[in-house]
Amino acid sequence: MYAVNFLLLSAALFSIGVFGVIARRNAVMVLMSIELILNSVNLNLVAFALINKDIDGHIFALFVIAVAAAEVGVGLGMVLMIYRNRRSIALDELSEMHG
Amino acid sequence: MLLAAQETAAAGWFLENAWLIPLIPFVAFFVILLFGKKMPRGGSEVGIASMVAALVVAAGAAYQWIDRVDSSHGEEVEPVIRQWVWWQSGGTRFGIGEHIDGLAIVVLLLVAFISTLVQIYSTEYVKGDRRYTHYFASITLFSAGMLIMVLAPNMVQLILGWEIMGLTSFLLIGHWWEEKANSEAALKAFWTVRVGDVGLLVGTAVLLGIFGTLDIKGINDSAAAGQFGSHNALMWAAIALFIACIGKSGQFPLHTWLPDAMAGPTPVSSLLHSSTMVVAGVYLVARLYPVFHVGLEINAVGQTFNLIAVIGGITVIVAAALAFVQNDIKKVLAYSTVSQLGYMMMGLGVGAWTASVFHIFTHAFFKCCLFLAAGSISYTASHHSFDMKKDMGGLWKKMPITFGAWMVSTAALAGIPFFSGFFSKDEIIDSAKHADYTIFYLVGIVGAFMTIAYMTRATYLVFFGTPRGGAAHFMGVEHGLEHRDDHAHETLGHDDHSDDHADQSDHGHDDHPEPVRGRPFPFAKYDSPWKITAPLLILGTLAVGSGYLNAPAVGVHWFEHQTESSIGLPLAEHEADGDNAEQVSSEHAVDESVGAEDVGAAEHAADSAIYSVPEPPKFAWGAAAPGLLLVLAGFLVSLFLSLAVFGKRKNVLSPLVGITERNKLFGAGHRFLVNKLYLDHLYEKVIVHGVAYPVSKAAYWFNQNIIDGVVDGAGRSTKRTGEWVYRNIDQRLVDGAVNASGMVANESGHALQPVQSGKVNHYGALLFGAAAVGAIVLILLNV
Amino acid sequence: MDYSNNALLTIGTFLPLVGVLIMMFIPGSDERAHKQIAIITSGATLAVGIYTLIQFDYGNSATLQFAVNEEWIEVIKSNYIIGLDGISLPLYVLSMAVTFLVAVYTWNNVPDAGNPKAFLMLMLVLQVGMAGSFIAQDLILFFVFFELVLLPMYFMIGVWGGEDRQYASLKFFLYTMFGSALMLVAFLALFFQTGAESFSFEHLMAAGALIDHDVQVWIFAGMFIGFAVKVPMFPFHTWLPDAHTQAPTQGSVILAAILLKLGTYGFVRIALPMLPQGAHEWAPVIGILAVIGIIYGALGCLAQTDMKRLIAFSSVAHMGFVMLGISTLTTFGINAALFGMVAHGLITGMLFFVAGSIKHRYHTLEIKRLSGLLIQMPKMGWILGFAAMASLGLPGLAGFWGEFPVILAAYSPAFGVNEALFRTLMVIAAMGTVLAAGYLLWLFQRTAMGDPNPEFVSHDEPAQSLSAAANHGADADHHDEIHDVTIVEWIAWMPFLVAIVVFGVYPQLMFKVMDPAVIQLVERVGNGIP
Repeated sequence: MYAVNFLLLSAALFSIGVFGVIARRNAVMVLMSIELILNSVNLNLVAFALINKDIDGHIFALFVIAVAAAEVGVGLGMVLMIYRNRRSIALDELSEMHG
Repeated sequence: MLLAAQETAAAGWFLENAWLIPLIPFVAFFVILLFGKKMPRGGSEVGIASMVAALVVAAGAAYQWIDRVDSSHGEEVEPVIRQWVWWQSGGTRFGIGEHIDGLAIVVLLLVAFISTLVQIYSTEYVKGDRRYTHYFASITLFSAGMLIMVLAPNMVQLILGWEIMGLTSFLLIGHWWEEKANSEAALKAFWTVRVGDVGLLVGTAVLLGIFGTLDIKGINDSAAAGQFGSHNALMWAAIALFIACIGKSGQFPLHTWLPDAMAGPTPVSSLLHSSTMVVAGVYLVARLYPVFHVGLEINAVGQTFNLIAVIGGITVIVAAALAFVQNDIKKVLAYSTVSQLGYMMMGLGVGAWTASVFHIFTHAFFKCCLFLAAGSISYTASHHSFDMKKDMGGLWKKMPITFGAWMVSTAALAGIPFFSGFFSKDEIIDSAKHADYTIFYLVGIVGAFMTIAYMTRATYLVFFGTPRGGAAHFMGVEHGLEHRDDHAHETLGHDDHSDDHADQSDHGHDDHPEPVRGRPFPFAKYDSPWKITAPLLILGTLAVGSGYLNAPAVGVHWFEHQTESSIGLPLAEHEADGDNAEQVSSEHAVDESVGAEDVGAAEHAADSAIYSVPEPPKFAWGAAAPGLLLVLAGFLVSLFLSLAVFGKRKNVLSPLVGITERNKLFGAGHRFLVNKLYLDHLYEKVIVHGVAYPVSKAAYWFNQNIIDGVVDGAGRSTKRTGEWVYRNIDQRLVDGAVNASGMVANESGHALQPVQSGKVNHYGALLFGAAAVGAIVLILLNV
Repeated sequence: MDYSNNALLTIGTFLPLVGVLIMMFIPGSDERAHKQIAIITSGATLAVGIYTLIQFDYGNSATLQFAVNEEWIEVIKSNYIIGLDGISLPLYVLSMAVTFLVAVYTWNNVPDAGNPKAFLMLMLVLQVGMAGSFIAQDLILFFVFFELVLLPMYFMIGVWGGEDRQYASLKFFLYTMFGSALMLVAFLALFFQTGAESFSFEHLMAAGALIDHDVQVWIFAGMFIGFAVKVPMFPFHTWLPDAHTQAPTQGSVILAAILLKLGTYGFVRIALPMLPQGAHEWAPVIGILAVIGIIYGALGCLAQTDMKRLIAFSSVAHMGFVMLGISTLTTFGINAALFGMVAHGLITGMLFFVAGSIKHRYHTLEIKRLSGLLIQMPKMGWILGFAAMASLGLPGLAGFWGEFPVILAAYSPAFGVNEALFRTLMVIAAMGTVLAAGYLLWLFQRTAMGDPNPEFVSHDEPAQSLSAAANHGADADHHDEIHDVTIVEWIAWMPFLVAIVVFGVYPQLMFKVMDPAVIQLVERVGNGIP
């Protein structure tokens, strides 16, 4: 097993995710991209856990999954509210948080 | 819990329970305040009852004290002291309770007695006032405050009573606070006295530092025995405490509040000026006499003046001069009080303890009587006016009781022989001479001269001459209309008076339907109601009689005998054989005491204490003669002036004749004096309006503008400083520094604001950009 | 020490939280229920406080009573240690009484912003913090309670305050946080310098005195700033007038009555006994600043045109007396300081109550516009006069016992502190009493005496006012509001008034409780000074 395979895959996933976060206008797509980023990290964690014969990575990955689930839940809720209020989920139209 | 019970055994019920004397009025105050309005007589009955109860206990205590002194057979009489724990600090307990000795008994009786009379008087005087109940609550608390102070076994209780009086004087002077002038007078009184109180607080702190106790007996004993670390500290304590007395007793630099305090109701003035409040300062000096005596080295060898005597002396002269130019009857009396308090202070300053305390005693009766008489006049005769020139004159015919009481009290005040004031004041003057304070002897007799002068003037203006203004109306009602018309016609010639007069008459027609309210005595049906005249009669009697408790001229030393144990210092011993020539003997005694103080090893004084006060001098008519002659001179000069100045305008015939006649009679023996009076008559304008008035007025101007101006100016500039400091230092500098730091944070926030675009994508880009930079840095560092 | 692990103090301190919990589940629209719950809860708390008063062993007031020592945060060696002695007992009970009475006052005096639910909940939380500060015997516990007080007060000012409330609340918060930060550093320094063993007061008092002289001076400096901001002492006082002026009446009263005392209490309980040499070095500085505060606060008062701001400035002057007492390091001074804290709480609290009620009726506190209160509202006017008299230190009322013994103490400060300096300070402080009389009576004269301002006098006959009300209702309302003291106000104020008189007439009630504890404290300080 070569670590490099896992790392390449996760780097690719991560980059796709980053691209999605920065470039997509659709809020749902941005959330999906964040999921991609998180899962790329999960992949790394699990891979290194396997290589090092250590259970810590698995546990962390489980934590990340749980947190990611919660995050998506909250995120989708917010998207839903935004949609109800504005009939749109295009992120570039949102600038209420402008300082 | 009883703190300490010295001398409780067999002292007698009244002496042991003298603490009831202030407690009864104190409780009565709360009763009046809470339930007074619902009572049939608005709470006044509670006030009077409480004062009578206090008087009864005080009288019982006095009786038992006399018994105690008489049964002591010449031994030192111990005061009766009882204290209960009041507060504690550092394990030391401080008490509240009573300290009864001759001095306390005298003043307690005085306060209870005069308060009772004044309250009875007040039921008529302030009848129908909208704050009748408040008035009685305040005046009862006022008396309670004085009683608490007089009874104080320690400095803290003394301060308690002292300040209660300050508070209630504020309430009473400002009783009619709707008018700004009244509330300002109240404020001024409280504030001026409070300035003096700084000295009381500081002095008490110094006393605690020196002696380690606040008990008056402990302090006095230690001071008298010379048990203190540094004489310097004791001197400062004495000076600080005396500053408090200056404020309270209206002594020279701080006396300006007293005349203003006349804004209160007249019975209040009377109480405030006779037995309470202003006497408190003198009482404090008398109470802590060893501290002052030792601290200021009174009666030390070769001493020609000391702080207390100097302040007292200045006050005597300045206040008497001021009294001479007043038009308001109450202000004449106010300055007169200031002047008499100056006598008391001066007496204490020259070692004449007994004479000064006795002067407190006699002065209270006649001064109270004078004020009540003035109130009686304004109440019945002059439309609530106190202006002697506008609203009085010729009243002796219609107000026999008021007139009689006034005359007797005036005689007492002026120190005419066989009236009470003579016995006390003359002894102060005499003592100053015997204790080698020649300056103050001269001040004393000049003061006596001025005293009779201003009182003669006031008496003339009030009771003699032509009735004017309110008084004319009062007299005119009885005389029938035509008389008043005549009178109006008469006065029309004088442009400066006619306008006022016309105003007053108009006012009077509308406003004064019945000449007298209440029930007068049957033999004086035009005088004031009996509730006003009865106190006048009692006080007038006492203005004569009270002097005979200690009348050296007729060989009575009873008062001295009762109180001498309160001095706290031993009397210098007389030579046993020195009864042939009084003067020589007492002077000798003074030398002796002085010698004992300095050398300490004089064989005569081997067993006596280190410090002592001189024995009161033996009375001799020869010694009193210069003063009496001056009194006579003062009377004549003033009478002459009054007739010339005030009488001539009103009545064309009699004063001119009277003056010339008197001048010729008098001038036979005293050419110089007569000549001067001729000059005075001839150059009336020059002398009266050219010299006497400018000088007195200058003094008054100095008083009102310089001294008063300093007080006002100090207040004003303090306020201005406060405003400046607040505006510039507080708001700009101190607060500015605070605001500036907030501003910096705020500005930097603004500078960073554009970064917060509100776009999630931007945030994401920033985040990952930062992460990338971070990662690169990490990699670089690692390599 | 004997830890009886008695639950009484814990109950007394945390009971208000029960009320908060209940209120959480009741909708905010039911205002009456919230007020009732708040009054009942704070009343029950006060009842526990009174029970504590009864149970307290007065013969033994120098030792901690009802002490508890339970594990709390073991990892930083902080324990839940609480206890009550003669120093903290009066303040502990005072905080309960004040909260209860303020809750009663709120019955028909809810500040303009409304929402009594949130307001009362914050107030109850505030009470937990205040009571907790006075019973804590562990530095971290103390710090937590000390900071717990901050937030509710911030919201009280920021939400229910006057026009400039946001500025004032922020200033209050930041200023106090600044002080707290330095204070925390000082606490930690103290902890590590004493061997990082325990945060308990008992340990720190024993071990703190052994720290190097110079180190003590520096640690004391940190604590000094932290507590001095809260007191507030002279250069750190500028948050106080703003906070007081903008705060709602209830906030002002609590702020004046209890919050300021946390600072002075901190000096007495923590700074002095734990760092005796530091205290000894700093005493002249504290004394000088205190006296500057006395004079300066008085001058500030003279310059004010707003009644509430004037009262706020007077706090600076009064706390100056308290701090001067503490700086003498004598039993006299510290006793007086403790007495002064309670007295100032009662008196200034009362003054703020009156100011609030006047504002409620006249909608202004401009001194120039107010006049003749004694005619329009005689009872209110006399209460104002009474409180002013008490505030200027009249003997027979509580204020005197916080000032007079301080002056006595300043003549001879303890442990070789510069006598000449303190004697000068004594004289200046005594002059401060004159200024106090000046500004308070001047205030009383201008607002209460004289004739009422025509602006606020209704000239209408009753019959006419009906039609006037119909025509322009707002104006008529305005006049109707000027009425004398209401029943609710009487209930809320009477205990203050009675306490001012009772403690003034018989101060031994409090001195007797405090004195043994203070003697022990001063001994402890003395032992720490070589």
